[in-house]
Amino acid sequence: MSGIEKQLREIDKLNTLQQRDQWMCLMHPLVKLCLTIIYIGFVVSCHKYSLSTVVIFAVYPFMMFNFADLSLRDAIYRMRLILPIVLAVGIFNPIMDREVVMHLGNVAVSGGVVSMITLMLKGFYAVLSAYLLIATTTIEDICYALRRLHVPKILVTVILLIDRYIYILGREAERIMTAYKLRAPSQKGIHYKAWGPLVGQWLIRSMERAQVVYESMTLRGYRGEYDYGKKRKLSAKDILFFTVWLVAFVVIRRGF
Amino acid sequence: MHMADALLSPAVAGTMYVASAGVAAYSIKKIREEDDNKKVPVMGVMGAFVFATQMLNFTIPGTGSSGHLCGGMLLSALLGPYAGFLTMIGVLLVQGLFFADGGLLALGANVWNMAFYGCFLGSMLIWKPIMKKGASKAKIIASSILGCVLTLQLGAFSVTLETLASGITELPFGVFVATMQPIHLAIGFVEGLITAAVLVFIHEARPEFLWGVGAEDERAGKLSKKATIGVIAVVAALFAGVVSLFASAFPDGLEWSMENVAGTAELEATGGIYDIVASIQNITSFLPDYAFKHSEAAAGTSVSGLVGGIIVVALLVAISYVVRLGSKKTKSE
Repeated sequence: MSGIEKQLREIDKLNTLQQRDQWMCLMHPLVKLCLTIIYIGFVVSCHKYSLSTVVIFAVYPFMMFNFADLSLRDAIYRMRLILPIVLAVGIFNPIMDREVVMHLGNVAVSGGVVSMITLMLKGFYAVLSAYLLIATTTIEDICYALRRLHVPKILVTVILLIDRYIYILGREAERIMTAYKLRAPSQKGIHYKAWGPLVGQWLIRSMERAQVVYESMTLRGYRGEYDYGKKRKLSAKDILFFTVWLVAFVVIRRGF
Repeated sequence: MHMADALLSPAVAGTMYVASAGVAAYSIKKIREEDDNKKVPVMGVMGAFVFATQMLNFTIPGTGSSGHLCGGMLLSALLGPYAGFLTMIGVLLVQGLFFADGGLLALGANVWNMAFYGCFLGSMLIWKPIMKKGASKAKIIASSILGCVLTLQLGAFSVTLETLASGITELPFGVFVATMQPIHLAIGFVEGLITAAVLVFIHEARPEFLWGVGAEDERAGKLSKKATIGVIAVVAALFAGVVSLFASAFPDGLEWSMENVAGTAELEATGGIYDIVASIQNITSFLPDYAFKHSEAAAGTSVSGLVGGIIVVALLVAISYVVRLGSKKTKSE
Protein backbone atom coordinates (compact mmCIF):
# COMPACT_ATOMS: atom_id res chain seq x y z
CA MET A 1 0.00 0.00 0.00
CA SER A 2 1.40 3.41 -0.96
CA GLY A 3 1.95 6.23 1.52
CA ILE A 4 -0.85 8.26 -0.08
CA GLU A 5 -3.23 5.31 0.16
CA LYS A 6 -2.37 4.94 3.86
CA GLN A 7 -3.12 8.61 4.53
CA LEU A 8 -6.40 8.43 2.63
CA ARG A 9 -7.41 5.35 4.58
CA GLU A 10 -6.65 7.21 7.77
CA ILE A 11 -9.01 10.03 6.71
CA ASP A 12 -11.62 7.43 5.70
CA LYS A 13 -11.33 5.70 9.05
CA LEU A 14 -11.72 8.98 10.92
CA ASN A 15 -14.85 9.81 8.90
CA THR A 16 -16.35 6.42 9.81
CA LEU A 17 -15.52 6.92 13.51
CA GLN A 18 -17.05 10.41 13.52
CA GLN A 19 -20.36 9.15 12.09
CA ARG A 20 -20.96 6.54 14.82
CA ASP A 21 -24.11 6.61 16.92
CA GLN A 22 -22.07 6.92 20.10
CA TRP A 23 -22.67 9.30 23.01
CA MET A 24 -19.26 10.95 22.67
CA CYS A 25 -19.95 11.62 18.98
CA LEU A 26 -23.33 13.13 19.87
CA MET A 27 -21.94 15.45 22.53
CA HIS A 28 -21.89 19.19 21.79
CA PRO A 29 -18.77 19.98 19.70
CA LEU A 30 -18.07 23.18 21.64
CA VAL A 31 -17.67 21.16 24.86
CA LYS A 32 -15.28 18.68 23.20
CA LEU A 33 -13.22 21.37 21.48
CA CYS A 34 -12.87 23.56 24.58
CA LEU A 35 -12.14 20.60 26.85
CA THR A 36 -9.41 19.34 24.49
CA ILE A 37 -7.67 22.72 24.38
CA ILE A 38 -7.99 23.21 28.15
CA TYR A 39 -6.68 19.70 28.81
CA ILE A 40 -3.61 20.22 26.58
CA GLY A 41 -3.04 23.59 28.26
CA PHE A 42 -3.13 22.02 31.72
CA VAL A 43 -0.81 19.17 30.71
CA VAL A 44 1.84 21.31 29.05
CA SER A 45 1.78 23.80 31.94
CA CYS A 46 3.09 21.09 34.31
CA HIS A 47 6.62 21.60 35.61
CA LYS A 48 9.28 19.56 33.81
CA TYR A 49 9.98 17.53 36.97
CA SER A 50 6.30 17.02 37.88
CA LEU A 51 6.25 13.49 36.54
CA SER A 52 3.65 12.26 39.03
CA THR A 53 1.20 15.05 38.08
CA VAL A 54 1.74 14.38 34.38
CA VAL A 55 1.20 10.64 34.94
CA ILE A 56 -2.16 11.31 36.62
CA PHE A 57 -3.26 13.44 33.67
CA ALA A 58 -3.43 10.17 31.70
CA VAL A 59 -6.83 9.70 33.33
CA TYR A 60 -8.64 11.89 30.77
CA PRO A 61 -7.47 10.35 27.47
CA PHE A 62 -7.39 6.76 28.73
CA MET A 63 -10.84 6.91 30.34
CA MET A 64 -12.36 8.73 27.39
CA PHE A 65 -10.82 6.28 24.93
CA ASN A 66 -12.70 3.55 26.76
CA PHE A 67 -15.93 5.52 26.90
CA ALA A 68 -15.68 6.51 23.23
CA ASP A 69 -14.77 2.94 22.25
CA LEU A 70 -11.61 4.01 20.40
CA SER A 71 -8.50 2.01 19.60
CA LEU A 72 -5.40 3.13 21.46
CA ARG A 73 -3.25 1.46 18.79
CA ASP A 74 -4.59 3.79 16.08
CA ALA A 75 -3.81 6.79 18.26
CA ILE A 76 -0.29 5.59 19.00
CA TYR A 77 0.28 5.16 15.24
CA ARG A 78 -0.42 8.88 14.89
CA MET A 79 2.61 9.58 17.11
CA ARG A 80 4.95 8.76 14.20
CA LEU A 81 5.19 12.40 13.03
CA ILE A 82 5.43 14.12 16.39
CA LEU A 83 7.49 11.62 18.38
CA PRO A 84 10.80 12.14 16.47
CA ILE A 85 10.57 15.93 16.98
CA VAL A 86 9.78 15.64 20.69
CA LEU A 87 12.53 13.03 21.04
CA ALA A 88 15.05 15.22 19.24
CA VAL A 89 14.35 18.10 21.62
CA GLY A 90 14.21 16.02 24.81
CA ILE A 91 17.04 13.57 24.12
CA PHE A 92 19.69 16.05 25.25
CA ASN A 93 18.07 16.66 28.65
CA PRO A 94 19.69 13.58 30.32
CA ILE A 95 23.11 14.76 29.07
CA MET A 96 22.71 18.39 30.15
CA ASP A 97 20.83 17.95 33.42
CA ARG A 98 22.57 15.31 35.53
CA GLU A 99 21.48 16.33 38.99
CA VAL A 100 19.96 13.34 40.77
CA VAL A 101 16.37 14.13 41.68
CA MET A 102 14.93 10.73 42.59
CA HIS A 103 15.88 7.15 43.37
CA LEU A 104 14.20 4.05 41.99
CA GLY A 105 15.44 1.48 44.48
CA ASN A 106 19.22 1.78 44.25
CA VAL A 107 19.14 3.47 40.87
CA ALA A 108 19.64 7.24 40.88
CA VAL A 109 17.52 9.08 38.31
CA SER A 110 18.71 12.46 37.02
CA GLY A 111 16.54 15.52 36.43
CA GLY A 112 17.24 15.24 32.70
CA VAL A 113 15.77 11.74 32.50
CA VAL A 114 12.68 12.85 34.44
CA SER A 115 12.17 15.95 32.27
CA MET A 116 12.63 13.85 29.10
CA ILE A 117 9.98 11.34 30.21
CA THR A 118 7.66 14.18 31.23
CA LEU A 119 8.10 15.76 27.79
CA MET A 120 7.34 12.46 26.03
CA LEU A 121 4.21 11.96 28.10
CA LYS A 122 3.02 15.50 27.40
CA GLY A 123 3.46 14.91 23.65
CA PHE A 124 1.70 11.56 23.90
CA TYR A 125 -1.31 12.97 25.79
CA ALA A 126 -1.65 15.93 23.43
CA VAL A 127 -1.84 13.54 20.46
CA LEU A 128 -4.30 11.25 22.27
CA SER A 129 -6.63 14.10 23.23
CA ALA A 130 -6.56 15.60 19.71
CA TYR A 131 -7.35 12.14 18.30
CA LEU A 132 -10.20 11.81 20.80
CA LEU A 133 -11.62 15.07 19.45
CA ILE A 134 -11.28 14.32 15.74
CA ALA A 135 -12.44 10.70 16.07
CA THR A 136 -15.68 11.78 17.74
CA THR A 137 -16.34 15.12 16.01
CA THR A 138 -16.84 15.87 12.31
CA ILE A 139 -15.05 18.84 10.75
CA GLU A 140 -18.50 20.39 10.16
CA ASP A 141 -19.16 20.23 13.91
CA ILE A 142 -15.69 21.58 14.75
CA CYS A 143 -16.34 24.45 12.32
CA TYR A 144 -19.69 25.06 14.02
CA ALA A 145 -17.91 25.20 17.40
CA LEU A 146 -15.33 27.60 15.95
CA ARG A 147 -18.13 29.87 14.75
CA ARG A 148 -19.65 29.75 18.25
CA LEU A 149 -16.23 30.95 19.47
CA HIS A 150 -16.51 33.84 16.97
CA VAL A 151 -13.79 32.63 14.61
CA PRO A 152 -14.39 34.64 11.37
CA LYS A 153 -16.58 32.91 8.79
CA ILE A 154 -14.02 33.30 5.95
CA LEU A 155 -11.52 31.21 7.89
CA VAL A 156 -14.11 28.63 8.92
CA THR A 157 -15.41 28.28 5.34
CA VAL A 158 -11.86 27.77 4.06
CA ILE A 159 -11.29 25.01 6.66
CA LEU A 160 -14.56 23.35 5.66
CA LEU A 161 -13.70 23.50 1.95
CA ILE A 162 -10.19 22.15 2.55
CA ASP A 163 -11.74 19.19 4.35
CA ARG A 164 -14.23 18.63 1.50
CA TYR A 165 -11.53 18.60 -1.19
CA ILE A 166 -8.72 16.80 0.62
CA TYR A 167 -10.13 13.41 -0.21
CA ILE A 168 -10.85 14.26 -3.86
CA LEU A 169 -7.42 15.79 -4.46
CA GLY A 170 -5.76 13.07 -2.38
CA ARG A 171 -7.30 10.46 -4.69
CA GLU A 172 -6.01 12.45 -7.67
CA ALA A 173 -2.52 12.49 -6.10
CA GLU A 174 -2.67 8.72 -5.74
CA ARG A 175 -3.74 8.23 -9.38
CA ILE A 176 -0.99 10.60 -10.56
CA MET A 177 1.66 8.72 -8.58
CA THR A 178 0.38 5.32 -9.75
CA ALA A 179 0.37 6.47 -13.40
CA TYR A 180 3.86 7.96 -12.98
CA LYS A 181 5.27 4.83 -11.33
CA LEU A 182 3.89 2.64 -14.11
CA ARG A 183 5.70 4.81 -16.65
CA ALA A 184 8.87 5.19 -14.57
CA PRO A 185 9.46 1.89 -12.79
CA SER A 186 12.05 1.51 -10.00
CA GLN A 187 12.16 5.28 -9.44
CA LYS A 188 11.83 6.53 -5.89
CA GLY A 189 9.98 9.79 -6.53
CA ILE A 190 9.11 12.19 -9.34
CA HIS A 191 12.13 12.99 -11.58
CA TYR A 192 13.20 16.64 -11.45
CA LYS A 193 12.40 17.12 -15.16
CA ALA A 194 8.76 16.26 -14.44
CA TRP A 195 8.37 18.44 -11.31
CA GLY A 196 6.99 21.46 -13.19
CA PRO A 197 4.73 19.87 -15.87
CA LEU A 198 3.28 17.19 -13.59
CA VAL A 199 2.37 19.36 -10.60
CA GLY A 200 1.77 22.46 -12.76
CA GLN A 201 -0.89 20.75 -14.90
CA TRP A 202 -2.54 19.39 -11.80
CA LEU A 203 -2.50 22.88 -10.28
CA ILE A 204 -4.17 24.38 -13.36
CA ARG A 205 -6.83 21.66 -13.23
CA SER A 206 -7.39 22.44 -9.53
CA MET A 207 -7.72 26.17 -10.19
CA GLU A 208 -10.29 25.42 -12.89
CA ARG A 209 -12.06 23.11 -10.46
CA ALA A 210 -12.15 25.97 -7.91
CA GLN A 211 -13.95 28.07 -10.57
CA VAL A 212 -16.53 25.30 -11.07
CA VAL A 213 -16.92 24.95 -7.29
CA TYR A 214 -17.56 28.68 -6.99
CA GLU A 215 -20.16 28.59 -9.81
CA SER A 216 -21.89 25.57 -8.21
CA MET A 217 -21.95 27.29 -4.81
CA THR A 218 -23.33 30.50 -6.36
CA LEU A 219 -26.09 28.54 -8.14
CA ARG A 220 -27.04 27.04 -4.75
CA GLY A 221 -27.34 30.50 -3.24
CA TYR A 222 -23.83 31.14 -1.83
CA ARG A 223 -23.31 34.84 -1.05
CA GLY A 224 -20.40 34.58 1.35
CA GLU A 225 -22.44 32.74 4.04
CA TYR A 226 -22.16 29.02 4.61
CA ASP A 227 -23.95 26.60 6.92
CA TYR A 228 -21.69 25.05 9.54
CA GLY A 229 -23.22 21.84 10.88
CA LYS A 230 -26.46 21.61 12.81
CA LYS A 231 -27.36 24.39 15.23
CA ARG A 232 -27.43 22.85 18.68
CA LYS A 233 -28.03 24.00 22.21
CA LEU A 234 -25.83 23.02 25.12
CA SER A 235 -27.65 20.43 27.24
CA ALA A 236 -27.32 19.97 31.00
CA LYS A 237 -25.39 16.75 30.30
CA ASP A 238 -22.86 18.66 28.17
CA ILE A 239 -22.36 21.29 30.86
CA LEU A 240 -22.02 18.65 33.59
CA PHE A 241 -19.47 16.69 31.53
CA PHE A 242 -17.43 19.83 30.94
CA THR A 243 -17.58 20.95 34.57
CA VAL A 244 -16.62 17.55 36.00
CA TRP A 245 -13.54 17.32 33.82
CA LEU A 246 -12.56 20.93 34.38
CA VAL A 247 -12.69 20.42 38.15
CA ALA A 248 -10.71 17.19 37.74
CA PHE A 249 -8.01 19.01 35.75
CA VAL A 250 -7.73 21.76 38.38
CA VAL A 251 -7.53 19.19 41.19
CA ILE A 252 -4.86 17.14 39.39
CA ARG A 253 -2.86 20.26 38.51
CA ARG A 254 -2.98 21.63 42.05
CA GLY A 255 -2.13 18.26 43.60
CA PHE A 256 -4.39 16.15 45.77
CA MET B 1 8.97 21.99 11.03
CA HIS B 2 5.58 21.51 12.70
CA MET B 3 5.85 22.12 16.44
CA ALA B 4 4.18 19.73 18.85
CA ASP B 5 2.01 20.90 21.75
CA ALA B 6 4.49 19.40 24.20
CA LEU B 7 7.27 21.73 23.02
CA LEU B 8 5.47 24.90 24.11
CA SER B 9 4.51 26.40 27.44
CA PRO B 10 0.99 27.91 27.63
CA ALA B 11 2.46 31.44 27.90
CA VAL B 12 4.49 31.09 24.70
CA ALA B 13 1.66 29.26 22.88
CA GLY B 14 -0.77 32.00 23.95
CA THR B 15 1.58 34.77 22.78
CA MET B 16 1.98 33.08 19.40
CA TYR B 17 -1.80 32.68 19.12
CA VAL B 18 -2.23 36.40 19.75
CA ALA B 19 0.44 37.32 17.16
CA SER B 20 -1.02 34.96 14.53
CA ALA B 21 -4.59 36.06 15.30
CA GLY B 22 -3.52 39.67 14.74
CA VAL B 23 -2.12 38.85 11.29
CA ALA B 24 -5.23 36.74 10.51
CA ALA B 25 -7.55 39.62 11.50
CA TYR B 26 -5.59 41.99 9.23
CA SER B 27 -5.74 39.47 6.36
CA ILE B 28 -9.50 38.98 6.79
CA LYS B 29 -9.99 42.77 6.75
CA LYS B 30 -8.04 42.96 3.47
CA ILE B 31 -9.99 40.09 1.88
CA ARG B 32 -13.30 41.69 2.93
CA GLU B 33 -12.21 44.99 1.37
CA GLU B 34 -11.71 43.17 -1.92
CA ASP B 35 -15.34 41.91 -1.57
CA ASP B 36 -14.59 38.96 -3.83
CA ASN B 37 -16.73 35.94 -2.86
CA LYS B 38 -14.96 33.92 -5.54
CA LYS B 39 -11.71 33.98 -3.59
CA VAL B 40 -13.02 31.82 -0.72
CA PRO B 41 -13.73 28.67 -2.82
CA VAL B 42 -10.36 29.14 -4.57
CA MET B 43 -8.65 29.33 -1.15
CA GLY B 44 -10.40 26.14 -0.06
CA VAL B 45 -9.48 24.15 -3.16
CA MET B 46 -5.90 25.47 -3.16
CA GLY B 47 -5.54 24.55 0.51
CA ALA B 48 -6.58 21.00 -0.30
CA PHE B 49 -4.20 21.07 -3.30
CA VAL B 50 -1.21 22.03 -1.10
CA PHE B 51 -2.24 19.31 1.32
CA ALA B 52 -2.43 16.75 -1.50
CA THR B 53 0.86 17.79 -3.14
CA GLN B 54 2.61 17.29 0.19
CA MET B 55 1.75 13.61 -0.22
CA LEU B 56 3.95 13.44 -3.36
CA ASN B 57 7.66 12.62 -3.22
CA PHE B 58 10.07 14.48 -5.46
CA THR B 59 13.42 12.84 -6.18
CA ILE B 60 16.38 15.09 -5.33
CA PRO B 61 18.96 14.71 -8.13
CA GLY B 62 22.26 13.16 -7.04
CA THR B 63 20.91 11.90 -3.72
CA GLY B 64 18.87 8.94 -2.63
CA SER B 65 16.30 11.03 -0.82
CA SER B 66 13.19 12.97 -1.75
CA GLY B 67 11.66 16.36 -0.92
CA HIS B 68 8.26 18.03 -0.66
CA LEU B 69 6.59 21.16 -1.95
CA CYS B 70 6.85 24.42 0.01
CA GLY B 71 3.21 25.36 0.61
CA GLY B 72 3.55 28.92 1.92
CA MET B 73 5.59 30.30 -0.97
CA LEU B 74 3.45 28.57 -3.61
CA LEU B 75 0.20 29.86 -2.11
CA SER B 76 1.46 33.42 -1.77
CA ALA B 77 2.66 33.40 -5.41
CA LEU B 78 -0.83 32.28 -6.51
CA LEU B 79 -3.22 33.90 -4.03
CA GLY B 80 -1.23 36.77 -2.54
CA PRO B 81 -0.22 37.20 1.12
CA TYR B 82 -3.65 37.61 2.74
CA ALA B 83 -5.55 34.78 1.07
CA GLY B 84 -2.39 32.63 1.17
CA PHE B 85 -1.98 33.18 4.90
CA LEU B 86 -5.60 32.28 5.70
CA THR B 87 -5.39 29.20 3.49
CA MET B 88 -2.24 28.06 5.29
CA ILE B 89 -4.05 28.39 8.65
CA GLY B 90 -6.70 25.99 7.33
CA VAL B 91 -4.05 23.58 6.02
CA LEU B 92 -2.16 23.59 9.35
CA LEU B 93 -5.32 23.05 11.40
CA VAL B 94 -6.46 20.14 9.24
CA GLN B 95 -2.93 18.64 9.29
CA GLY B 96 -2.88 18.86 13.08
CA LEU B 97 -6.30 17.26 13.45
CA PHE B 98 -6.13 14.57 10.77
CA PHE B 99 -2.49 13.52 10.95
CA ALA B 100 -1.31 14.82 14.35
CA ASP B 101 1.24 16.90 12.43
CA GLY B 102 1.43 19.89 14.77
CA GLY B 103 -1.11 20.43 17.51
CA LEU B 104 -4.08 22.47 18.67
CA LEU B 105 -2.17 24.46 21.28
CA ALA B 106 0.83 24.84 18.98
CA LEU B 107 -1.32 26.07 16.07
CA GLY B 108 -0.58 29.74 16.76
CA ALA B 109 3.18 29.06 16.75
CA ASN B 110 2.99 26.88 13.63
CA VAL B 111 0.95 29.51 11.80
CA TRP B 112 3.55 32.12 12.68
CA ASN B 113 6.56 29.93 11.83
CA MET B 114 5.25 28.68 8.51
CA ALA B 115 2.32 30.78 7.27
CA PHE B 116 3.42 34.26 8.36
CA TYR B 117 6.99 33.99 7.12
CA GLY B 118 6.04 31.97 4.04
CA CYS B 119 3.11 34.07 2.92
CA PHE B 120 3.80 37.58 4.21
CA LEU B 121 7.56 37.91 4.13
CA GLY B 122 7.90 35.57 1.15
CA SER B 123 5.45 37.54 -0.95
CA MET B 124 5.96 41.11 0.32
CA LEU B 125 9.74 41.20 0.67
CA ILE B 126 10.79 38.76 -2.04
CA TRP B 127 8.16 37.78 -4.60
CA LYS B 128 6.50 41.15 -5.17
CA PRO B 129 9.64 43.34 -5.40
CA ILE B 130 11.30 40.89 -7.81
CA MET B 131 8.16 40.54 -9.96
CA LYS B 132 7.08 44.17 -10.02
CA LYS B 133 8.53 44.77 -13.51
CA GLY B 134 7.24 41.49 -14.87
CA ALA B 135 8.10 37.82 -14.46
CA SER B 136 10.75 35.70 -16.15
CA LYS B 137 12.04 32.17 -15.66
CA ALA B 138 15.19 33.41 -13.87
CA LYS B 139 13.22 35.74 -11.61
CA ILE B 140 10.79 33.01 -10.62
CA ILE B 141 13.61 30.55 -9.83
CA ALA B 142 15.52 33.20 -7.84
CA SER B 143 12.51 34.39 -5.84
CA SER B 144 11.25 30.84 -5.15
CA ILE B 145 14.60 29.59 -3.85
CA LEU B 146 15.34 32.79 -1.94
CA GLY B 147 11.81 32.89 -0.53
CA CYS B 148 11.77 29.25 0.62
CA VAL B 149 15.29 29.40 2.10
CA LEU B 150 14.71 32.69 3.94
CA THR B 151 11.25 31.84 5.27
CA LEU B 152 12.33 28.37 6.40
CA GLN B 153 15.40 29.84 8.13
CA LEU B 154 13.20 32.34 9.98
CA GLY B 155 10.71 29.60 10.81
CA ALA B 156 13.44 27.30 12.16
CA PHE B 157 14.90 30.16 14.20
CA SER B 158 11.46 30.88 15.66
CA VAL B 159 11.05 27.19 16.59
CA THR B 160 14.34 27.44 18.50
CA LEU B 161 13.30 30.62 20.31
CA GLU B 162 9.83 29.32 21.16
CA THR B 163 11.16 26.01 22.50
CA LEU B 164 13.84 27.73 24.60
CA ALA B 165 11.39 30.36 25.89
CA SER B 166 9.10 27.50 26.95
CA GLY B 167 11.92 25.98 29.03
CA ILE B 168 11.46 22.58 27.39
CA THR B 169 15.02 21.70 26.45
CA GLU B 170 18.32 21.84 28.33
CA LEU B 171 20.13 22.35 25.02
CA PRO B 172 22.13 25.62 24.93
CA PHE B 173 20.86 28.25 22.48
CA GLY B 174 23.99 28.11 20.26
CA VAL B 175 23.89 24.33 19.87
CA PHE B 176 20.16 24.34 19.15
CA VAL B 177 20.48 27.03 16.49
CA ALA B 178 23.51 25.33 14.95
CA THR B 179 21.47 22.12 14.66
CA MET B 180 18.25 23.62 13.32
CA GLN B 181 19.47 26.18 10.78
CA PRO B 182 21.71 24.03 8.48
CA ILE B 183 19.06 21.27 8.25
CA HIS B 184 16.43 23.80 7.19
CA LEU B 185 18.86 25.45 4.78
CA ALA B 186 19.00 22.22 2.77
CA ILE B 187 15.25 21.63 3.09
CA GLY B 188 14.51 25.23 2.04
CA PHE B 189 16.75 24.94 -1.02
CA VAL B 190 15.08 21.73 -2.24
CA GLU B 191 11.59 23.06 -1.55
CA GLY B 192 12.53 26.26 -3.38
CA LEU B 193 13.58 24.24 -6.44
CA ILE B 194 10.30 22.29 -6.50
CA THR B 195 8.23 25.48 -6.01
CA ALA B 196 10.25 27.17 -8.79
CA ALA B 197 9.64 24.29 -11.22
CA VAL B 198 5.88 24.45 -10.64
CA LEU B 199 5.69 28.26 -10.85
CA VAL B 200 7.81 28.38 -14.02
CA PHE B 201 5.38 25.94 -15.65
CA ILE B 202 2.41 28.07 -14.52
CA HIS B 203 4.12 31.20 -15.88
CA GLU B 204 4.49 29.55 -19.27
CA ALA B 205 1.02 27.96 -19.37
CA ARG B 206 -1.27 30.34 -17.45
CA PRO B 207 0.63 33.52 -16.41
CA GLU B 208 -2.60 35.17 -15.22
CA PHE B 209 -2.63 32.77 -12.24
CA LEU B 210 0.48 34.38 -10.75
CA TRP B 211 -0.07 37.08 -8.14
CA GLY B 212 1.71 40.43 -8.02
CA VAL B 213 3.41 40.21 -11.45
CA GLY B 214 3.94 43.65 -13.05
CA ALA B 215 2.35 45.37 -10.04
CA GLU B 216 4.80 48.31 -9.90
CA ASP B 217 2.10 50.95 -9.72
CA GLU B 218 -0.36 48.96 -7.72
CA ARG B 219 -0.55 50.61 -4.30
CA ALA B 220 -3.64 48.93 -2.86
CA GLY B 221 -2.92 46.27 -0.28
CA LYS B 222 0.78 47.04 -0.25
CA LEU B 223 2.65 46.66 3.00
CA SER B 224 5.86 48.68 2.85
CA LYS B 225 9.22 47.22 3.82
CA LYS B 226 9.39 49.62 6.74
CA ALA B 227 5.96 48.54 7.98
CA THR B 228 6.83 44.85 7.59
CA ILE B 229 10.13 45.23 9.44
CA GLY B 230 8.32 47.31 12.07
CA VAL B 231 5.75 44.53 12.61
CA ILE B 232 8.53 41.95 12.98
CA ALA B 233 10.47 44.19 15.40
CA VAL B 234 7.40 44.79 17.59
CA VAL B 235 6.52 41.11 17.68
CA ALA B 236 10.15 40.15 18.39
CA ALA B 237 10.30 42.64 21.27
CA LEU B 238 6.97 41.39 22.57
CA PHE B 239 8.15 37.83 22.27
CA ALA B 240 11.47 38.46 24.01
CA GLY B 241 10.06 40.66 26.75
CA VAL B 242 6.56 39.50 27.59
CA VAL B 243 7.13 35.77 27.18
CA SER B 244 10.23 35.70 29.35
CA LEU B 245 8.42 37.81 31.94
CA PHE B 246 5.55 35.34 32.04
CA ALA B 247 7.89 32.38 32.11
CA SER B 248 9.82 33.67 35.09
CA ALA B 249 7.38 35.78 37.09
CA PHE B 250 4.18 33.78 36.67
CA PRO B 251 5.11 30.12 36.50
CA ASP B 252 1.65 29.06 37.57
CA GLY B 253 -1.44 30.86 36.32
CA LEU B 254 -3.58 29.34 39.06
CA GLU B 255 -1.31 30.64 41.84
CA TRP B 256 -1.22 34.03 40.16
CA SER B 257 -5.03 34.17 40.04
CA MET B 258 -5.27 33.01 43.65
CA GLU B 259 -2.86 35.70 44.73
CA ASN B 260 -4.96 38.34 42.98
CA VAL B 261 -8.23 37.10 44.46
CA ALA B 262 -7.19 36.03 47.95
CA GLY B 263 -3.97 37.98 48.47
CA THR B 264 -2.01 34.76 48.94
CA ALA B 265 -0.98 31.92 46.65
CA GLU B 266 -1.77 29.30 49.28
CA LEU B 267 -5.08 29.30 51.11
CA GLU B 268 -4.91 28.11 54.69
CA ALA B 269 -7.88 26.77 56.59
CA THR B 270 -8.39 25.64 60.17
CA GLY B 271 -11.21 24.43 62.33
CA GLY B 272 -14.08 21.89 62.34
CA ILE B 273 -14.46 20.09 59.03
CA TYR B 274 -10.96 20.97 57.88
CA ASP B 275 -9.35 19.30 60.94
CA ILE B 276 -11.53 16.18 60.58
CA VAL B 277 -10.67 15.85 56.89
CA ALA B 278 -6.98 16.52 57.63
CA SER B 279 -6.89 13.75 60.27
CA ILE B 280 -8.59 11.31 57.82
CA GLN B 281 -6.03 12.29 55.23
CA ASN B 282 -3.17 11.65 57.65
CA ILE B 283 -4.50 8.17 58.37
CA THR B 284 -5.20 7.24 54.74
CA SER B 285 -2.11 8.78 53.09
CA PHE B 286 0.00 5.73 52.50
CA LEU B 287 2.28 7.60 50.12
CA PRO B 288 3.45 10.66 52.06
CA ASP B 289 6.27 13.11 51.30
CA TYR B 290 5.53 14.06 47.72
CA ALA B 291 8.72 15.95 46.89
CA PHE B 292 11.97 15.87 45.08
CA LYS B 293 15.23 16.05 46.88
CA HIS B 294 16.68 19.56 46.35
CA SER B 295 13.57 20.60 44.41
CA GLU B 296 10.52 22.73 44.99
CA ALA B 297 8.69 21.62 41.84
CA ALA B 298 4.88 21.84 41.95
CA ALA B 299 3.72 18.36 42.90
CA GLY B 300 7.26 17.05 42.94
CA THR B 301 8.21 13.60 41.83
CA SER B 302 9.16 10.89 44.20
CA VAL B 303 8.77 7.20 43.77
CA SER B 304 5.76 7.32 46.08
CA GLY B 305 4.19 10.15 44.06
CA LEU B 306 4.77 8.29 40.84
CA VAL B 307 3.36 5.01 42.16
CA GLY B 308 0.37 6.85 43.58
CA GLY B 309 -0.29 8.50 40.23
CA ILE B 310 -0.08 5.23 38.35
CA ILE B 311 -2.48 3.58 40.84
CA VAL B 312 -5.02 6.41 40.44
CA VAL B 313 -4.83 6.24 36.64
CA ALA B 314 -5.06 2.43 36.60
CA LEU B 315 -8.05 2.47 38.97
CA LEU B 316 -9.99 5.06 36.99
CA VAL B 317 -9.19 3.49 33.63
CA ALA B 318 -10.27 0.12 35.03
CA ILE B 319 -13.57 1.66 36.17
CA SER B 320 -14.12 3.16 32.71
CA TYR B 321 -13.33 -0.25 31.16
CA VAL B 322 -15.91 -1.93 33.42
CA VAL B 323 -18.48 0.76 32.50
CA ARG B 324 -17.71 0.20 28.82
CA LEU B 325 -18.13 -3.57 29.16
CA GLY B 326 -21.35 -3.03 31.09
CA SER B 327 -22.80 -0.73 28.43
CA LYS B 328 -21.80 -3.18 25.68
CA LYS B 329 -23.54 -5.99 27.54
CA THR B 330 -26.68 -3.88 27.98
CA LYS B 331 -26.67 -3.05 24.27
CA SER B 332 -26.32 -6.69 23.24
CA GLU B 333 -29.24 -7.64 25.48
